[in-house]
Amino acid sequence: MGLDFTVIPGYLDIIFLGCLWTIAITVASALLSFFGGIVFAVIALYAPLLIRLPFRLFEWVFMGTPLLLQLFLIYFGLVQIGVDLPAFVAGVIGLGLHFAVYNSELIQTAILSVDKGQMEAARTVGLSRGQALRKVVVPQAVRAVIPPIGNNMIALLKDSALVSVIGVSELTLSAQRAIGATYRPFEFYMLAAAFYYVINLCMEWVQRRIERRIALSR
Amino acid sequence: MSDHRKFVQIRHAQKSFGTLEVLKDISLTVERGQIVAIIGPSGSGKSTLLRAINDLDPLTGGEVWLDGVQVNKSLPFRQYEKHINQMRQDIGMVFQHFNLFPHMTARENVTMAPKMLKGLSKEEADKLAEEQLDKVGMLERMDYYPSQLSGGQKQRVAIARALAMKPKLMLFDEATSALDPELVDEVNQVMKKLAEEHMTMIIVTHEMDFAASVCDRVLFMDQGVVVEEGPPSVVFKNPEKERTRAFLRKHLEGAK
Amino acid sequence: MDMDLMLRVYPFFLQAAGTTILLSVLTALLGLACGTLGAAARLSRFAFVRFLGAAYVSVFRGTPALIQLFILYFGGPQIGIQLDAFEAGVIGLGINAGAYMTETIRGAIISIDKGQKEAARTLGLSRWQAMYRIILPQAARLMVRPLGVNLNMLIKATALVAAISVIELTYTAQRYIGSTYKPFEMFLLAGVLYMIIIYATGRAVAWLDRKVQIT
Repeated sequence: MGLDFTVIPGYLDIIFLGCLWTIAITVASALLSFFGGIVFAVIALYAPLLIRLPFRLFEWVFMGTPLLLQLFLIYFGLVQIGVDLPAFVAGVIGLGLHFAVYNSELIQTAILSVDKGQMEAARTVGLSRGQALRKVVVPQAVRAVIPPIGNNMIALLKDSALVSVIGVSELTLSAQRAIGATYRPFEFYMLAAAFYYVINLCMEWVQRRIERRIALSR
Repeated sequence: MSDHRKFVQIRHAQKSFGTLEVLKDISLTVERGQIVAIIGPSGSGKSTLLRAINDLDPLTGGEVWLDGVQVNKSLPFRQYEKHINQMRQDIGMVFQHFNLFPHMTARENVTMAPKMLKGLSKEEADKLAEEQLDKVGMLERMDYYPSQLSGGQKQRVAIARALAMKPKLMLFDEATSALDPELVDEVNQVMKKLAEEHMTMIIVTHEMDFAASVCDRVLFMDQGVVVEEGPPSVVFKNPEKERTRAFLRKHLEGAK
Repeated sequence: MDMDLMLRVYPFFLQAAGTTILLSVLTALLGLACGTLGAAARLSRFAFVRFLGAAYVSVFRGTPALIQLFILYFGGPQIGIQLDAFEAGVIGLGINAGAYMTETIRGAIISIDKGQKEAARTLGLSRWQAMYRIILPQAARLMVRPLGVNLNMLIKATALVAAISVIELTYTAQRYIGSTYKPFEMFLLAGVLYMIIIYATGRAVAWLDRKVQIT
């Protein structure tokens, strides 16, 4: 069948729109996974046993199963219990929760490695345990894990392609639509790959800048 | 051409990293069986000179000859690799940080290269290892891993490893600098023993007393040049150059 | 929870788990081969070969594995590459995993102290002899754990081939969710099997890691 890249310009607008959706879903999921990760970490470390144990199980399941399978569960599961969410929202929840669990792992380790003296010092000036966590321990821990969380966010960008299978019109699904009309899979998947690669490079660039700033502020 | 009577000959050695000149036109000859110490402040280029002799740090200019053969010949890559591997078998080297192979016992550290490069059988190699480890007083520990040995013991095994290749020349790159003071002597004793056997040695060291007691000749280097050179009695007791005097004075103060 | 249904369909899940395991093993082997070549390229003395190695890592880690799979499976025929879905899955995921393993292997090799190579070369060993007798045995011990992480990710990534209709665990779960409308039960079946595979692999890696450490 050969290759013919001249078909691309006619579909650039769809692809470009898909690109914006990919960025939107990445940003939304990244935010959810970041704050979710902090909440999860605090639950995993400080919640009462009755909450902590089931939560550990949840974490374990999310780390031991593929994201794609989790997306199917969330998308169809929500429909099952009568919550009919747009695919985009289901996608954000799936990606966000999945990466929140990974972020939580990082943050837990960081919290535990924040000097014990910090907690004690905060308590001696009269902060409650919760206040000490919120104001002293967690902020320090989060700063320490920003570089590895950055890696997770870059992984999230690439995994966002998976939400195409539950019908979110992001970059991958847009490419598929163009392919449906033209029967040119190689050209359009290559184009999509190129877009992902560029976004990926941008994220890596931002990550390096942030890392440098953190390194300076220490 | 090189003078074949000279055992080790370095001619116009020059080395630079970009615009930084580390070695500036250094020449040096060492007779068979001679022991030469190189002293000088850190950054003087003494280690670089030593590491140029077996081409670990290639020179940017000049020649190194050993026993009538040029070490740093200019040859196409593959031929040069072959040549230098052959040359290095004749040049033993002992490092500041021992560089023993942690995944091998003391015995295996010693037997590995002779077996691999000289085709020694297991029995021959084991016999050789026993000989060499006995010489450095490590026979009892020959089946220990490096992590189970003290610094002095590690360094003695490293010397045995180098000796097992039956080198014509031994290079010591601050062999005792990384050791706790109480472990220095055991390594010095081994080096003295080698001196008595007339092993040709070039020693980069901070230990003036040791240098004075075993060496035939001392070189004082500073900023990439040989400032002064002569028998230890002269260089240590009556140095001619002010820079040498200043260095020795500083060093004596530091030692106190 | 619909236990009857689960009991009825679980044999299909077991069979699918077999496919997932086979897929994982083949992908891991191909990944290891690609990773070794990639690391060798990244450590080559030729700048151009180093560039090729770096480009391989950057491109395959910088784009979604799913897209790589689609290019190979759907786009392949356009450039004369005809593969069935399973073959495309193994090759696509293997090359992708190889890019991650390249970095793992290279990282372990360059973390070995420079003095080790110097000591080996000083004794007269060639570059290659120093590499396989001195550097690699030490680096291999450092690689076990991070390669285990790569393997864990790889097993989960095999789910992607569901998108090109390879009948493995995720595809099976998806199909039964579609036909039974019981997402939770189907997730449970597939999830438990994935977790068994992942847990067993993790134990095997931990065992190997203990075994190779220097006494």
